Amino acid sequence: MATKTSAPPFAGTAAQEDRLIRLIHEIKGERGSLMRVLQEAQDIYGYLPLEVQTLIARELNIPLEKVYGVVTFYSQFSLTPKGKYQIAVCMGTACYVRGAGVILDKLRKTLGITGAEVTPDGLFSINDCRCIGACGLAPVITINEDVYGRLSPTGEELDDILAKYKE
Amino acid sequence: MVNIKINGIACQVEEGTTILEAARANNIRIPTLCWLKGMNEIGSCRICVVEKTWARSLVAACVYPISKADEGCEIKTHTQRVLESRKTTLELMLSDHDQKCLSCARSGHCELQELCKELGVTKADRFTGKKNEYDIDDSSLHMYRDNNKCISCRRCVSMCGNVQGIGVIGANNRGFATEVACAFDMDLAQTSCVSCGQCINVCPTGALSEKDDTGKVWDALNDPEKVVVVQTAPAVRASLGENFGFPLGTPVEGKMATALRMLGFNSVFDTNFGADLTIMEEATELLERIKDGGVGSALPMITSCSPGWVRFCEAYYPELIPNLSSCKSPQQMTGAIIKTYWAKKNNIAPENIVSVSVMPCVAKKYELGRLDQSGAGKGINDVDYSISTRELAKMIEKAGIRFAELPDGEFDSPLGKGSGAAIIFGATGGVMEAALRTAVWKLTGESPESPIDFKEVRGVEGVKFASYNVAGREIKVAVASGLGNARELLDKVKKGETKVDFIEIMACPGGCVNGGGQIIAPSELRNFTDIRAERAKALYSLDESRTARKSHESPDIKQIYAEFLGEPGGHKAHELLHTSHRASNLSK
Repeated sequence: MATKTSAPPFAGTAAQEDRLIRLIHEIKGERGSLMRVLQEAQDIYGYLPLEVQTLIARELNIPLEKVYGVVTFYSQFSLTPKGKYQIAVCMGTACYVRGAGVILDKLRKTLGITGAEVTPDGLFSINDCRCIGACGLAPVITINEDVYGRLSPTGEELDDILAKYKE
Repeated sequence: MVNIKINGIACQVEEGTTILEAARANNIRIPTLCWLKGMNEIGSCRICVVEKTWARSLVAACVYPISKADEGCEIKTHTQRVLESRKTTLELMLSDHDQKCLSCARSGHCELQELCKELGVTKADRFTGKKNEYDIDDSSLHMYRDNNKCISCRRCVSMCGNVQGIGVIGANNRGFATEVACAFDMDLAQTSCVSCGQCINVCPTGALSEKDDTGKVWDALNDPEKVVVVQTAPAVRASLGENFGFPLGTPVEGKMATALRMLGFNSVFDTNFGADLTIMEEATELLERIKDGGVGSALPMITSCSPGWVRFCEAYYPELIPNLSSCKSPQQMTGAIIKTYWAKKNNIAPENIVSVSVMPCVAKKYELGRLDQSGAGKGINDVDYSISTRELAKMIEKAGIRFAELPDGEFDSPLGKGSGAAIIFGATGGVMEAALRTAVWKLTGESPESPIDFKEVRGVEGVKFASYNVAGREIKVAVASGLGNARELLDKVKKGETKVDFIEIMACPGGCVNGGGQIIAPSELRNFTDIRAERAKALYSLDESRTARKSHESPDIKQIYAEFLGEPGGHKAHELLHTSHRASNLSK
């Protein structure tokens, strides 16, 4: 059986691995070292795929499941990489009543991803976020630093917006 | 000492005693669910809560240590408030439980069900709402995980990680989504689970259960074309009776033989025969390796009877594979002899034999499909189906056999008479003692120097050491049971801190008597009685009752080497009774 989370092929570099292993050897044996290692690893790789967790388990000499249990307990850790363009859909009250739910569904359908995944080309990931404080522009989405407000409740502008980032 | 009152009874308890223990000492039983003494003491299920003065909320009795500060406190264990709280806790558990009791493997032996009865749960659907729905993991050969019945008590997690030192299961995710499973939602079969089945033994519900192979056995028994034979492992007779109301540790060898015949098995053999064969081969192998001084072969030699241990070695200590004895397990040896020697003697084609084993073990279900386990020829497995002690009990119940009333029967012979040495295989240290009985005799001949009892290797301690002076040479041995203990011992061996010649390792704590396929002892019993020691006593008493106490003295063994096998360690023996081992690289 394939694991339930899908991700693009792992593309970690030897330099990244060196950096992580150095850190592990520095703090191995300290109380709570697993949390620190995971935080650093997430910084180094951007996410914590099987390959990274396996390496951590091996170097700390603990079962992989122990690592995975901690990773899935804390929302600060991610099992999937973020896209080059990170879309955030504001799900605050104002945006929500003006159709943010429809927009989120449409984005997921258009990009063919659900939840915390990234598109196979690595370009997009979607995150439903809490109020971003732009209620006057509801419904609002952001793509990296760009803000798109006053979208129609059916999200008909989305295709044009996404087209700007297709590279 | 601290003075406290429990339900109005004044008592003095030692500092550090838990409320649960203090209550028990005063004959008050506090119900528990997640608590396993010395193993899973996390106070998470909230079934054992009690009222205590100065505590605003109820406290968990299983993990509350009474301290000096509690001097003069009053504890109430069964007030209306307490009982209501326990009941509500149960009802909340039921709100995310499939409640399919009628078709559950554990129905009638389920701790959750028992508690519902005790606490008077009359509305199983008091709380309704979202329920988690899980696929059943049936990927491995030995067990099912049905998380729709899991109450997240973590008993299996503690067993796997803390006791067995494996840790392929744990709690994933958080809150309502919490699920006991493997890393990355892998199937159990993708991990280095060693199939010991200890998790099943500690599961309070039907979330974990062995693969039920009784259907295949019934089919074979109902097939007129097949000759269906059975063998039973030493430890089965030390536990089977528990299912039929006998006290823990009652040996039921004779009744079991009668029941197997009533079920319709053509021949009833004893795995003790294979155990004796194992000793003949293993003792020979050991003496050869010692003579060789570990030059061409590795020392210390390590036993290979326990498939859970063999799998553990292949996954976690591949560098020690050369140290494993090449002997097949007694199950497989008996199987190989049935389909060769016995088949020929009785003029039956091996293809027509369905060979069933009854084992205290669930790893045996996996072992019979391993490579190099087909003595009678390619495609003919030494053993076809392996069922656990629990599955045999189910078959006996289903067939309407009044087990407790049965007269004692006998095993068939040859292949049915085992020595006393064989019978103690089921307890930790037993294989070691059996091997020493024969190895020492081989070195010294019949003399006062060749004793029967080697009591130093008996007992339930996790790691045991002993040393014997035999024919002017010191033989050092070590015994470990439970894989966490095995790890401790093997790490020392690897570092050179421990130097021994021969090691016995059993995957299950206490050996096969406490195997993953034995009758399940509810936590209530397990927490306050050493089930390993009680069942082991049954085996040592049977050992003493045998005329032949050493494997080489068994008449069946003498006969088969004379008629068929030739010499121990000889060509034919190697072909039929030995196997190979290889490293595994599944996820750890």
